Amino acid sequence: MNLEKVIFGFFIVLAATLNFGFVYGDPTDPNQHHLWEFFVAFVVNVIATALKFGDRTQIGAIHLATSLVAVLQLAAAALVWFFAPPGPLSEGTIVSIVSLSAGAALANLVSVVILIAETITLRR
Amino acid sequence: MNSTLLLTLRRLRAPIILLISIFAIGMVGLVLIPGVDADGRPWHMSIFQAFYFTSYTASTIGFGEIPYPFSDRQRLWVTAIIYASVIGWAYLLANILSLGRDQAVRKAFADRRFRRSVEALVEPFFLICGFGETGRLIARALDKRGRRFVVVEIDETRAQQIDLMEFRQVPLALAGDARLPASLEAAGLRKDQCRGVLALTNDDHANLAVAMTVRLLEPNVPVLARAMTRDTAANMASFGTDHIINPFAHFGERLALAISAPANYRLLTWLEALPGTQLEPIATPPRGAWVVCGYGRFGREVVRAFHEHRLEVTVIDPTASVYPDLKVVRGTGTEAEPLAAAGIHSAVGIVAGTDDDVNNLSIVVTARELNPTLYTIVRQNLQANQPLFDAFDADMTMVSSQLIASECLAVVRTPLLQPFLEFARHKDADWADALLERLLIALGDLSPAVWSVTLNISEAPAMYRLLMHGGHAKVGDLVRNPARRDEQLEIVPLYLQRGEGAFDLPADDFELQPGDQVLFAGRGSARDRQQALLRNEKVRDYVVTGHDPSTGWLWRRLRPRRSIPQRDARVP
Repeated sequence: MNLEKVIFGFFIVLAATLNFGFVYGDPTDPNQHHLWEFFVAFVVNVIATALKFGDRTQIGAIHLATSLVAVLQLAAAALVWFFAPPGPLSEGTIVSIVSLSAGAALANLVSVVILIAETITLRR
Repeated sequence: MNSTLLLTLRRLRAPIILLISIFAIGMVGLVLIPGVDADGRPWHMSIFQAFYFTSYTASTIGFGEIPYPFSDRQRLWVTAIIYASVIGWAYLLANILSLGRDQAVRKAFADRRFRRSVEALVEPFFLICGFGETGRLIARALDKRGRRFVVVEIDETRAQQIDLMEFRQVPLALAGDARLPASLEAAGLRKDQCRGVLALTNDDHANLAVAMTVRLLEPNVPVLARAMTRDTAANMASFGTDHIINPFAHFGERLALAISAPANYRLLTWLEALPGTQLEPIATPPRGAWVVCGYGRFGREVVRAFHEHRLEVTVIDPTASVYPDLKVVRGTGTEAEPLAAAGIHSAVGIVAGTDDDVNNLSIVVTARELNPTLYTIVRQNLQANQPLFDAFDADMTMVSSQLIASECLAVVRTPLLQPFLEFARHKDADWADALLERLLIALGDLSPAVWSVTLNISEAPAMYRLLMHGGHAKVGDLVRNPARRDEQLEIVPLYLQRGEGAFDLPADDFELQPGDQVLFAGRGSARDRQQALLRNEKVRDYVVTGHDPSTGWLWRRLRPRRSIPQRDARVP
């Protein structure tokens, strides 16, 4: 076992789970999507991206690409949130935030799949 | 994104993640801790405001407490953020700065730059492995003739020095191990423009590895390899290395030639010398008893040459007893005693062939004091000691780096020279004397440039077309002055190769055929002028036929009858 591998896997899975947890629920209901969960998902995604820097392999490149996609999607969602009119969120705003985050969740899912595939092909 | 950037980012992973964490924790605290707005009501920062505040605080810009003055609880937290984030920033910056000084990263960037410039090379070039004395001499000479080269040198500081040396073209150098195929490939071995590989490192095994690599990866690229022992040379020859240069064996052979055929020896050394070397009268090594100091790779070759002529040889060497069938005196030769024991008083000559320059000079100086009439042969190991050897002025000085360089250049520049020299070795003294006389009269006593011309479409398009269309041209036409055809350029044709056949010193009325390769000796300036008649059809017509095909229709109308031009008919 290798601590670096544990941390790497931990952050990738955590990024995916938090992202999923935020998206899960009625997309039209602002009460089912918590701001703090979004914030933590965003931060963890950025950390996961940084962890993926510098791997020269093909798989490493795809890993980095998926994370970049996820961060980009979440950043778009954050911008939508930022430009939303003050007061409680409208239905349209929360739908677009959730759908953008759902895209990020898909990218994170790909990342997790790659992680698993990589582990399985590693025969030890 | 390129791999070098990724490499840098990889080194920055830890500080980046630390900074992200500090930001995240700081922002969470800022949002959770309540403040008071202008009207005294409780107020919470938004996530964006927290990010903005942390950004300018962490980067030590510090706009102040925006949008409302903080409460003491908030200030306590901000104090913590300031210390943590400033440390995080400083850590990241320190890492970035140290990356700039990091050897591995700099090497990665330098390698990348090198690879790019090699890929961008469009001119033909030579790949030089090893940039020692020999490599340097060859690089300079190639550069002077406008040829490009790429250097692979294992010593990093030496590879960096190349950038500081003065060359006409930008030199390309890779600090790497030439034994690794990857280094050679990075240096452009696989490129079509690679005209040859020169393996000149001071390690025989490395040269062997280079020769083998090239033979396997690019069989069509010629390899010149330096071999300091006969074993290595035989090994290289076994897999078809194109040209093997063993400076000691080369010198031994030349020494044997100097004893048996001084005239030929003189001719050969002069033709092979770097252009512009003065022809000096050479005292022939006398026959008689010789003393050889140092029985290493060099000493062995010298002794072999003497034995070939049945000359008596006494060897002085510290590890003497190992060689039973030789007359050996134990010692170094720097003192009078072993020299006297070796019979220096009755000897005709001495060879100082150890691998230490100071010892070699000490040997010959001591020996000359004991016997002033001695013929002296000295081995010079380092180019830097040139002034000492100049001052001593031995009868023969062997400098292996120069020997290798001149032979290498001769092979690289004029492939036809080697067969000619081989041929000239076996001619008699009268022939050699006559040729030397002819060259001296035509060209003066500075060693000439030697070059070969192939009568094909790329090297001599005008001449080639003439011959292909049934025209006639003679060897004499190739050395006519393009401005006044009755005069000759300062060029002497030495050798002509046609398919398998070869003709030495072809006469002026020798008929040329397309595809002929001709070897010339002459002045460098004459060589440039010769290019005109090889490449320019009008100049060619004038030189071969004597007719002046005036430049255009109108010009021909204006001066129809004049056939001999008075002006210089240079190529544009």
